[in-house]
Amino acid sequence: MSDATVSVNPIKRVLSRVDWGYLWYQIKKSPLTLGGGAVVLIVLFLVIFAPVFATHDPNAIDLRARLAAPGWEHFFGTDEVGRDLYSRILYGGRQSVAVGFFVVLVAGFIGTFVGAFAGLIGGRVDVVIMRLMDVVLSVPSLVLIMALAAALGPSLINAAIAIALVRIPIYVRISRGQTLLIREMSFVTAAETFKASKLHILRWHILPNILSPVMVQATLDLGSTILLASALSFIGLGAQQPTAEWGAMVATGRNYILDQWWYSAFPGFAILITATAFNLLGDGIRDILDPKQKAR
Amino acid sequence: MTIDSVMTLSNIHMRFPFGEDWRGRPHGFVHALNGIDLEILRGKTLGVVGESGCGKSTLAQVLMGIRKPSEGEVIRNFGADHDVQIVFQDPQSSLNARMPVWRVITEPVFAVTKRPKAELRALAADLAAKVGLRPEVLDRYPHEFSGGQRQRIAIARALSSDPDVIVLDEPTSALDISIQAQILNLLKDLQAERGLTYIFISHDISVVRYLCDEVAVMYLGQVVEHGASDAVLAAPKHPYTRLLLDSIPTMRATGGLGESLSNTDLPSNRNLPTGCFFKDRCELAGVGCDVRQNMVPTEQAQVRCCQTAATTPQKVSA
Repeated sequence: MSDATVSVNPIKRVLSRVDWGYLWYQIKKSPLTLGGGAVVLIVLFLVIFAPVFATHDPNAIDLRARLAAPGWEHFFGTDEVGRDLYSRILYGGRQSVAVGFFVVLVAGFIGTFVGAFAGLIGGRVDVVIMRLMDVVLSVPSLVLIMALAAALGPSLINAAIAIALVRIPIYVRISRGQTLLIREMSFVTAAETFKASKLHILRWHILPNILSPVMVQATLDLGSTILLASALSFIGLGAQQPTAEWGAMVATGRNYILDQWWYSAFPGFAILITATAFNLLGDGIRDILDPKQKAR
Repeated sequence: MTIDSVMTLSNIHMRFPFGEDWRGRPHGFVHALNGIDLEILRGKTLGVVGESGCGKSTLAQVLMGIRKPSEGEVIRNFGADHDVQIVFQDPQSSLNARMPVWRVITEPVFAVTKRPKAELRALAADLAAKVGLRPEVLDRYPHEFSGGQRQRIAIARALSSDPDVIVLDEPTSALDISIQAQILNLLKDLQAERGLTYIFISHDISVVRYLCDEVAVMYLGQVVEHGASDAVLAAPKHPYTRLLLDSIPTMRATGGLGESLSNTDLPSNRNLPTGCFFKDRCELAGVGCDVRQNMVPTEQAQVRCCQTAATTPQKVSA
């Protein structure tokens, strides 16, 4: 970077630019966003403090209590080897949420840099990068993710990498589009008259100004990433036994769905509620930060 | 007579291709500049006036060196570590909202060379004081300021690399009248103090009259009249300069407006007119106007018009 003396911690700097009062005012006006945000906070809280809330060891096998119905001993019942489903759902949420954040961070970082680079350099580099992204986007994303995850080998981290790779083009497109807009602003022209390098323009002008649309996309992506991770685990390409994971639990529970409905239903509800809450929050934040794109 | 010129433009042409056929060949060219010759005098202010689309902004870009002219030569008579800076018309978009003011001001410096932060801040504080900003503004962000203050920030930024030449691209046209006067006085003071050379691009004739030593009137990518601003603005020789001055609305305007504004579309700069560029709009057009015109010296200015040259007493040679 052109500057070695960045004083304040960068996260603090970004946060200090967010107008929290305004954000809160807008969120209060939209009950769906508020509800989504509240559920997201509750889910995050429960999942992070899973050991506190769990009633059993998630992997403790108790064959005497196998496939027990929901009740006071086991809130959500037990699975085929007697593990407590309530505790497993709490711990399983850790996997889903971790995959969500991992994917968004990795895809967001790489995609934003590549897109800004393409937009700023332009010319052939831009064409090559964007056609490559079009190729990725033209393949149905779930098929591509499955192919990648299968090639990397079934495990949750590989599933996360596969999802991240396939999500990159979305960020590339957003950040390239924003870069093309910012590049025409006269403060960039001014920087060109100072004989500033492309790197300087990228660091000081492009990246700080494309951050908010990227953040909006990232929030929106959290919900669908959690869904995708669960889907991969469901078909056996994600988390492996005995790791608790919602999608994997739904998949095993299918075998018992006629007699022991709770086995699939509770992890399914967990996925449904979490993904919906993240999507509502993401939509709300999008409307606030980017009113032009407001869904009609 | 020695002319101390800081920049010399000779026969600058600027063409931009437009459209492309299937083989990537352009359909044609936009002729933005068509032979500009200018001496830019050290420590003086040159006003550049003309209607929208006459090539003023392209000229500014050539002067700043961000565009290479298609033809012609720009000679810079100053050291390699000095340069040309610009102050833009719109202080809303010319300052990055994501940078604190002290970074905005010192950007021309740290964009090129690494400097310790303390040094940059000291420089910013110094320049802020010069342009009349209080030192506590340094840590704020540009959107917290009014238009006039933002323009002061932009001027401080232009000064930070200690340039020889500053291009002022309509720096006051987005400001209130009272603020305009403050900014113009600031510019004058800075020029006196630092021996700056200004190139002042403007629509506003009264501002040009106030600030500029010389004025160049542009029409369709050419300079049609160039001379001391008092002389040119008081007694315009070229028919286009007259048209331009007549079209300024004044409180005392009594008729004649409709007449001078008749037929006032700028001809296309894709297909340049044959002969004198101005002949289709000119009331003097007559014999001799179907050839390209050259700059002709008159009493106080240079004029690109054969008719004026013919009708003006040739006192220059006397």
